Amino acid sequence: MKSKSLAAPYLVWMVLFTVIPLAIVAYYAFTDSQTGQFTLENVSNIGNYMPILIKSIWLALISSVICLIIGYPVAYFIAGCDEILQRFLYMLVMLPMCISFLLRTLAWVALTEDTGIINNIITALGMEPLPLIRNNGAVVLGMVYNYLPYMIMPLYTVIMKIDRNLVEAAEDLGCNGTNVFKRVIFPLSVPGIISGFTMVFVPAVSTFYISQKLGSSGTTLIGDVIESQFKTAYNPNLGAALSLVLMVMIFICIGVMNRFGDDEEVITL
Amino acid sequence: MKRFNKIFTVVVLFFLYIPMIVLAVASFNSGMDIAVFKGFTFDNYSELFRDSVLLPLLLNSVIVAVLSSFIATVLGSAAAIGIHSMGPRLRRFTMGVTNIPLTNPEIVTGVSLALLFAFVGTMMKINNILGFMTLLIAHITFNLPYVILSVMPKLQQMDPHLEEAAMDLGCTPVQAFFKVVIHEITPGIVSGALMAFTMSLDDFVISYFVYGPKFVTLPVEIYNYTKKPLQPKIYALFTLLFAAILLVMVLMNLLQVRDMKRNRENRRAFRRKQVNV
Repeated sequence: MKSKSLAAPYLVWMVLFTVIPLAIVAYYAFTDSQTGQFTLENVSNIGNYMPILIKSIWLALISSVICLIIGYPVAYFIAGCDEILQRFLYMLVMLPMCISFLLRTLAWVALTEDTGIINNIITALGMEPLPLIRNNGAVVLGMVYNYLPYMIMPLYTVIMKIDRNLVEAAEDLGCNGTNVFKRVIFPLSVPGIISGFTMVFVPAVSTFYISQKLGSSGTTLIGDVIESQFKTAYNPNLGAALSLVLMVMIFICIGVMNRFGDDEEVITL
Repeated sequence: MKRFNKIFTVVVLFFLYIPMIVLAVASFNSGMDIAVFKGFTFDNYSELFRDSVLLPLLLNSVIVAVLSSFIATVLGSAAAIGIHSMGPRLRRFTMGVTNIPLTNPEIVTGVSLALLFAFVGTMMKINNILGFMTLLIAHITFNLPYVILSVMPKLQQMDPHLEEAAMDLGCTPVQAFFKVVIHEITPGIVSGALMAFTMSLDDFVISYFVYGPKFVTLPVEIYNYTKKPLQPKIYALFTLLFAAILLVMVLMNLLQVRDMKRNRENRRAFRRKQVNV
């Protein structure tokens, strides 16, 4: 068949703009910024950023778990509605993502600031204002808010496709509601959980905007460090080394998670 | 349990729309501070239409989104058809490459492209390589996988005998493609193009690393704005955009519902006829 060659321009494009750039990242990570010679300095410098990396992973993990806990009941409910309502609710979940996430995050800043909307209401009621912003909690809130639809989407798709006959069969064989969920629905939705988890974790661990706006200097994340190496500190070699570490770490995480799901197709949305 | 889930879903949906409510209220606020409502006004809207900075930036975003999603749709649809007829080994390799930009964090994609352009710039001795072209290339690159992932399933669902039948009836492979295959995969192409368009229109992280000062898109400018106090007309712009998107989505939903109901009635009428015969 000749039609195989239809993919040729695409492959050339992807090699030029995906594979080669990654090779250049590796090249920069192992060379000196002044002399351009091979060095391990950038990679050994990463040790200094270990606490930040661990903090990023920790906050992203917490956010992913919260997204799962919040997203599962919502996806389960939507999947159980009749077809017309399903479409409508799914649209409502997706719609907020059409508006710039920068502005939505700014709206959260306006809500949680020390003199923001929530604290204005609290002080008007005669109570002390709460420290809502510039802490880990605010960063997690920002992550959960921004990436929750990414969790609900794959969960809904998987739960919706579960064969209703299986549920009925389990009921006929004497399962009560809790057991049907524990033994049939939940195990069948594991692929959705894994792909939702990755879709939340990857952008959350690498974010820099959310932590800049809702966090403080104490909540600097790995994304902030990479961004500053390219935009303010001008040390692209260190930035490249950190990007490389971030990438390798995410591929390991995805590999580990796919072990749980023993399904190779999970990550492909 | 069902009742709990219902209430919970409503609460979560409300949570998702809180920032939109804040932005919409702020767009009618006469004060500069988003957190303090001074008074009701339409001034932000009239200022928006007299503005000569924001609207051209929105136009820039739309230009990049239209061009990049169009090119990605053509390249990606052709690629999907090619991948469909590949052997298992080549196919696994190609899908692996397709997955790279999907699984890589956006910041790494942005950084890698920025380094590539910097590298090419020093090689070819071009000083300001970052600009419209680099932005367009970056957008096409992250759009391509979305097009492929929405066209591939349609090709897999398609009955392979259809194409063979067309050729048995005298079509050349090219004719068979344009008369049969393209109709089967059009829904996938359309949804891929739409997805690419919205992703491109809203992209900030990758654009931020590859844009040049000569060609700025709206999300990048909003990021640069947020270092200074934000002007309320931006809230007005996004309230209008949100209202427009909401309207289109609700209309599309209603049309689908009408179609679904009509189909159901047709099926029922058809069944009744069969019974009568």
